[in-house]
Amino acid sequence: MVQLSYSQINRDLLKTMSPPGRVYYTILVLDLLVLAWGIFAWGYQIRTGMGVTGLNNPVGWGVYIATFVFWIGIAHSGTLISAILFLFRVKWRNAVYRTAEAMTVFALVVAGLFPLIHIGRAWLFYWLLPYPQRGYLWINFRSPLVWDVFAVGTYLIVSSTFFFTGLVPDLAVVRDQATGWRRRIYGFLAQGWMGTDHQWRHYSRAYLFLAALATPLVISVHSIVSWDFAVSIVPGWHSTLFAPYFVAGAIHSGLAMVLTMLIPLRRIFQLETYITRDHLESIAKLLILTTLIMVYSYLTEFFIAWYGGNRFEQATFLYRAVGDYALAFWFMLVFNAIVPLLFAVREIRRSIFSLFTISILINIGMWCERFVIIVASLAHDYVPFAWRTYKPSWIEVSILAGDAALFFLMFLVFAKLLPVVSIVEVKELVPPPVKEEALQ
Amino acid sequence: MKERTVRVVGIFIYFDAFLEAIRRLKDLGYRDLTAFSPVPHHEIEEVLEKPQSPVRYFTLGGGFLGAVTGFGLATLTSLNYPIIAGGIMTGGKPIVSIPPFLIMAFELAILFGSLSTILGMLLNIRLPRPRVQPGYDPRFSVDRFGLWVRCPADRSGAVEEVLQACGAEEIRRDEI
Repeated sequence: MVQLSYSQINRDLLKTMSPPGRVYYTILVLDLLVLAWGIFAWGYQIRTGMGVTGLNNPVGWGVYIATFVFWIGIAHSGTLISAILFLFRVKWRNAVYRTAEAMTVFALVVAGLFPLIHIGRAWLFYWLLPYPQRGYLWINFRSPLVWDVFAVGTYLIVSSTFFFTGLVPDLAVVRDQATGWRRRIYGFLAQGWMGTDHQWRHYSRAYLFLAALATPLVISVHSIVSWDFAVSIVPGWHSTLFAPYFVAGAIHSGLAMVLTMLIPLRRIFQLETYITRDHLESIAKLLILTTLIMVYSYLTEFFIAWYGGNRFEQATFLYRAVGDYALAFWFMLVFNAIVPLLFAVREIRRSIFSLFTISILINIGMWCERFVIIVASLAHDYVPFAWRTYKPSWIEVSILAGDAALFFLMFLVFAKLLPVVSIVEVKELVPPPVKEEALQ
Repeated sequence: MKERTVRVVGIFIYFDAFLEAIRRLKDLGYRDLTAFSPVPHHEIEEVLEKPQSPVRYFTLGGGFLGAVTGFGLATLTSLNYPIIAGGIMTGGKPIVSIPPFLIMAFELAILFGSLSTILGMLLNIRLPRPRVQPGYDPRFSVDRFGLWVRCPADRSGAVEEVLQACGAEEIRRDEI
């Protein structure tokens, strides 16, 4: 990074919060329209019943659950960048972690909606929680679905807390530069932060411990999500590979989503000095690692299906490759395991255009992966008599679009109301002004 | 009558000058020093020689409590299920199943551990506060380092001299 002064960093990074222009509002309105359509579709589903979806026996889990798994995965790389890379003292993280962490929180909110949409009567969601009632009908703690509730709930609470804790010193910066009602609101949010040695001492400790707690948490969350499948006996699901395979896939898709969000962001806010090509390249390098894990996982799945000698398992994997959902399968294989290997070429991982294009392809590929794993296994399990293909209805597609719109809406609001790059952490990268040098 | 105390405020541009001022004041026996910095610096902590933050005990306590709560919740609710407790419908499986209940213990350990870390931090730095303390300078969050020295009124001249000698950009005296 070019050597910058503290005040220059303040000026540049606070500029992102200046009043937005016409383009912003146009995007906002379009986004709200899609969201409204999604809400309408959900309302229609609630009013009419779950029959409006394509779900039926034997495919009881369709795009809602696939997209739930997809968004939870997206959330993972935010914590990877903000917590795990923090523990490893990776410097390039400082400029990009705020965006990645915001993505984590928003992706979790969006993901959390899908089980509610999927259960139909969303207002009865509290049945998932342990609460005393007349029949002592406690929830079943042996069920992976209950583990899921606790894992995702914990993840949402912890990542929101981590996000807000990281924000406080920056909110104080915003407060000190703002006037009028903005000063009052940010003053309230900054909670009287002053940057004293006393505050920094406890704050740094707390931040370190939160990062240390978030690290095993993030690995546990997608492991538990994978056990929703692996603990059952459906062919294609019942595998010990699932937990690491899902965690790697989650980070793979999340990193791609970070690129998809960062590239337009740095362009629109002219943050090229702060989020440099080197930052994007570092993410692309991490993507090479996750791609290799994906390749290994895909190969292992097929190898075990063949070598294990279980006919049902073999039939399931053959069905994935050449059956009704073959298109999604090949998208998954090519976009997740082959295309990202192009990042091994330096020119490709440093070209903004190819970074952006490949990141979108990975997003598509990863969604297809979730879809193939869930739907293809359910559609063709043990009894051929019960086989049935599933197609998402227009309601499901509309809700999917509305939910994605909700994610972008939260991101749009975040980009204007909060500093998208951590001011304090970028300052940490710059050596403090020293008198000796000034005299020279 | 109690001796009157004042607060001398020194504002610095340069970090090394700032550290030097803290060092000299400490050597002269001033203990009530508060350092302001836009970013955390280990050097400030080292010069001030403050004890280690006790936040870690909150994390440990919260984590432990969470693990016990998670395991306890799963165990007690299972035992409280009338059909199971009556001895039917368990299919020969243990009522208290250790492996799945450990997952609950793990998740709640993380949850409680994180929340109590935050609680520990807030209690230790006495936040949240509705507003900053009077005497805080908004430049402290931009690019200036600040030092508050609380001292008896008759010693303030000596403190100001030290700050001056170390190259403070601005020196102020607040009555408190």
